[in-house]
Amino acid sequence: MTATKPISDLSNHLAAGESFAASAAGPEWLRTLRRNGLAHFTELGFPTTKLEDWIYTPVTAITKLAFKPATAASAAATAVTAQQLTPFAFPGWTGSRLVFVNGHFAPALSTLPAPQPGVTLTNLAAAIASGDKLVEAHLSRHARVDESGFSALNTAFLVDGAFISLAPNALAAEPVHLLFLAVPSDSANTAQPRNLIVAGANSAAKIVEHYVSLGGAAHFTNAITEIVVGEGANIEHAKFQEENLEAFHIATVQATLARASRFLSHSISSGARLARHNINLVMTGPGVECVMNGLYAVGGKQLVDHHTVADHATPHCASHEFYHGILGGQSRGVFNGKIFVRKDAQKTDAKQTSRNLLLTDTAQVDTKPQLEILADDVKCTHGATVGQLNDEALFYCRTRGIAEVNARRLLTHAFASEIVNRITVEPVREHLEQVLWARLEELIEKK
Amino acid sequence: MSQPLIEIKNLSAAINGKQILKGINLTVCPGEVHAIMGPNGSGKSTLGYVLAGRKGYDVTGGTVTYEGKDLLELPPEDRAREGVFLAFQYPVEIPGVNNTYFLRAAYNELRKHRQQEEVDAVDFLAIVKEKMKLLELPDAMLKRSVNEGFSGGEKKRNEIFQMAVLDPKLAILDETDSGLDIDALRIVAEGVNKLKRPDNAAIVITHYQRLLNYIVPDFVHVLFDGRLIKSGGKELALELEEKGYDWLIGKHGK
Ligand SMILES: Nc1ncnc2c1ncn2[C@@H]1O[C@H](COP(=O)(O)OP(=O)(O)O)[C@@H](O)[C@H]1O
Ligand SMILES: [Mg+2]
Repeated sequence: MTATKPISDLSNHLAAGESFAASAAGPEWLRTLRRNGLAHFTELGFPTTKLEDWIYTPVTAITKLAFKPATAASAAATAVTAQQLTPFAFPGWTGSRLVFVNGHFAPALSTLPAPQPGVTLTNLAAAIASGDKLVEAHLSRHARVDESGFSALNTAFLVDGAFISLAPNALAAEPVHLLFLAVPSDSANTAQPRNLIVAGANSAAKIVEHYVSLGGAAHFTNAITEIVVGEGANIEHAKFQEENLEAFHIATVQATLARASRFLSHSISSGARLARHNINLVMTGPGVECVMNGLYAVGGKQLVDHHTVADHATPHCASHEFYHGILGGQSRGVFNGKIFVRKDAQKTDAKQTSRNLLLTDTAQVDTKPQLEILADDVKCTHGATVGQLNDEALFYCRTRGIAEVNARRLLTHAFASEIVNRITVEPVREHLEQVLWARLEELIEKK
Repeated sequence: MSQPLIEIKNLSAAINGKQILKGINLTVCPGEVHAIMGPNGSGKSTLGYVLAGRKGYDVTGGTVTYEGKDLLELPPEDRAREGVFLAFQYPVEIPGVNNTYFLRAAYNELRKHRQQEEVDAVDFLAIVKEKMKLLELPDAMLKRSVNEGFSGGEKKRNEIFQMAVLDPKLAILDETDSGLDIDALRIVAEGVNKLKRPDNAAIVITHYQRLLNYIVPDFVHVLFDGRLIKSGGKELALELEEKGYDWLIGKHGK
């Protein structure tokens, strides 16, 4: 990536980064990572709309937000009661939940699962402190530090997040709920969680990353999740972004998928004033099957941007991608789905669909497939639609006695359900249905 | 003869300014089955859509009186609630909407309209199971999305299933026979026959005679170029089967 001259004033960010690099504890390799992050951030700055990858997504408002990264101490001092977390619980959920306040682990609010051999579920800071070799081996080895200035910034402030590791053949007994709670205050408005998931060969787990806010004040989440899926492992990863409508949310999910593994990725984004999701899957061995499943439902002046990559680096892999967008008000959606089939990746099966429903004339979406196919014996299909509800389906509902407004509601919900139904954990689907249905009602009514 | 259920007088309709129906006259009384036959493109589906109230199908003349009311004034959902049911020639797929959920929503709309209490999922399932047996449908059909991925035949059977549950006064079946193999055709036709009562009626649109071996019509009408050019008893269908439409069309040529 060529560095364009940063246009925004980075001095606050750089000063904070310098002081963090000097003071933050950690082993030498970690301090090196942070310094490297800061160096890249200095060079890259924040992305501008001149960059191909950011052409529709101006981040000026983020650069103008006072930069107050949350420290472990400030997070620990933030008063949050268990009761305040009730709205974010999945109905009937009895499983474990790790809670992070402004990116830092909050043990008092968390419920850890019963210990299970071969399954480690903890926070990254603790895993680093314990000297877990997997952390050093994988942290920042998968996500590119220079993917954008945001990635670099996250790495410069790398300190905590979730850490999950599965020994070979370990099957996590229950799904894991990672709750990232933003509690913006005068002293802290920026959370930069860093998550690492390492799944050994033939292991399996279901993990939900869930981003929410307490209160309505502006804040900034800048998150990176690295996922290493071993041979034959089976991982379902869901990311829900339900932050408040003043929030800025920038995040990367980077997954490395080894031979014959399965990976099911969900991204459900309904919150934030501006949300940018990078989801990059790299298939490094043959026989991988992965699915990217996504839904965004936005209104008002929200902007939601998904940039996904299915990198077929080896032959005989399948990637199937389904993204749906529902846009009301004057909202804006961006979908850029890159399918990269490398030279030797014969017998690739890549499929991508992006469908968008505009509820108003003022909503807008830019959807673009980006195919780079260097092998010749491959099956690649893609399709994108942008439009209103299907008139035929509306009429069909009405001929069955369903009033037009209810038919619209039914079809809009159905459009969302197609995505939600791919999530395999029932209480999680129920939670989403409640959140999304409430959001869709707002979008339909405010039209 | 009893009070007509529906009285169509001199009905004309256009799509995008193109005149498709050119003065249809048809009266259907309770207890009757009317067959409408005619070659492709003569306006059979258009008639069904106009009666169901589809947007873009503009009535340019004539009247339709249903149970003494002006049918054309009602929005599609009210026509349905008043007992008009159109089984589509090409049933529409609705991904993401469960077939049973959809049907219960429709069923409850009708109940609300009649000031009856809505039924819950459990009671509804009992109603549905009974109708499924009648039509020999597999349970799996209940769990799928409305028509999504259904074969042509399954879609048609699903239409008749909906009809059986919604129990309309006037059923308009648009080429329900096409896409059905002979066994499915028999099952569907028997289902329709079992649902027949002295107080309801059906308009059966088809362009093959074979359905009428199973659903015996009281009247047969031939629609051509937007007009009913001939009406008769059930023997007219047999005559058409033998001679085709040409001898009639010849007389009424454009
Ligand atoms: N949406 C449309 N726009 C223009 N013409 C149409 C449309 N739908 C149907 N038609 C025309 O109306 C005529 C009657 O069609 P239809 O009612 O479907 O006939 P049938 O059901 O008897 O085969 C045909 O000439 C057809 O081309
Ligand atoms: Mg037709």
